[in-house]
Amino acid sequence: MEAVILALIGLVVAPLLGGLLAGIDRRVTAWMQSRQGPPIMQAFYDVAKLFGKEPMVVNRWQIFCAWTYLLASALSVALFFAQADLLLIFFVQAAGAVFMVMGALAAKSPYSQVGAQRELIQILTYEPLLILVFAGMFMATGSFNVGTIFAHPEPLIAKLPLLFIVLTYALTIKLRKSPFDFSTSHHGHQELVKGVTTEYSGPFFGLVEVAHWYETILVLGVASMFWATNVFWCALLLVGTYFAEILLDNATARMTWRWMLKYVWSIGLLMAVVNLIWLHAG
Amino acid sequence: MLKKFINKSRIKSPWIVHFDCGSCNGCDIETLACLTPLYDVERFGIVNVGNPKHADVLLVTGTVNHRNKKVLQNIYDQMPDPKAVIAIGACGLSGGVFKDAYNVVGGVDKVIPVDVYVPGCPAKPEAIIDGVVEALNKFAEKAEAAG
Repeated sequence: MEAVILALIGLVVAPLLGGLLAGIDRRVTAWMQSRQGPPIMQAFYDVAKLFGKEPMVVNRWQIFCAWTYLLASALSVALFFAQADLLLIFFVQAAGAVFMVMGALAAKSPYSQVGAQRELIQILTYEPLLILVFAGMFMATGSFNVGTIFAHPEPLIAKLPLLFIVLTYALTIKLRKSPFDFSTSHHGHQELVKGVTTEYSGPFFGLVEVAHWYETILVLGVASMFWATNVFWCALLLVGTYFAEILLDNATARMTWRWMLKYVWSIGLLMAVVNLIWLHAG
Repeated sequence: MLKKFINKSRIKSPWIVHFDCGSCNGCDIETLACLTPLYDVERFGIVNVGNPKHADVLLVTGTVNHRNKKVLQNIYDQMPDPKAVIAIGACGLSGGVFKDAYNVVGGVDKVIPVDVYVPGCPAKPEAIIDGVVEALNKFAEKAEAAG
């Protein structure tokens, strides 16, 4: 019963937090570019407007895929709040991400196609990293259960510092921020238009946005497990990480997918393996 | 209440697609200048999305000619309702100095319905921002009339 209530809280709170975070993100970005920026509530205005627009689709697959993406990412957040198994959460989230790509592939537009292919490569890049982070958590705490990991008496970051950095790679890719923003970007009118989201429009684009908020909160939730013993340090870790993401987004250019695959897999996997060996030996 | 919030959001989140019909680039430069820190249209929630399928407001600069009138119509058709069109600059309004040229159709309103006209050669960024805000007021009126 408690798990169900926690899951419901997660379902309601996560999009609110995610939308607010998106608004703050744009505000901080504007501050870095010495602009004033939109209101903090802007992300909610955007999505509400999208829901008020005329539904227009290229084909019905897009409707199905947008809904499935939203349901899967909402479910993964609900499972996280209900303190379920990390691996289950991981697979539900991955299924949603793939449906979002399928929706983009259902339209013939070259922008949508290229964006979808790139999104697939992004998924391919961050999924092994996430699995290794979860494996590290298992080695440190002896469980894949979210509740057990949160109840672990010591902060995980002391044992998994390199895996935390690996997780921030996954976070940057998942947030689609520079230098990994090549499947779609927050700044349209570039060579890719809006990439993987080009062909989603009106209410269905709104669904994709809300699903994206859920995913952001999920990855930040995973990051919060690294310092679950102290609320203050946990908050500081999350705020610091997200601020670093925004700074990186503003300070770097978009790179190519080949660079990402080479860089993230070589450095990321190396760091993950070193951390795992260290855990195993120590 | 939800409907009220959606109507309010429409005014607070105008996403723009900019199409250059055949402008000398004067108006285009002024339009893009609106995005710079000096004018910062993102204050109003305005985003230049560059994708008609995501856009609420179509900004058109330059004269319409027989080649690009189909493109203009196509972009307009791809935008989901509710939408607004703003014609910018002397050429967008009437064809400007090119009005009598053999290949020129005339202003934007010869092809698609225009909500707001922003005059100038080129139009000033302040005038363009004012035009967008004016279009949003029209938007709100339309939304309220529709209930």
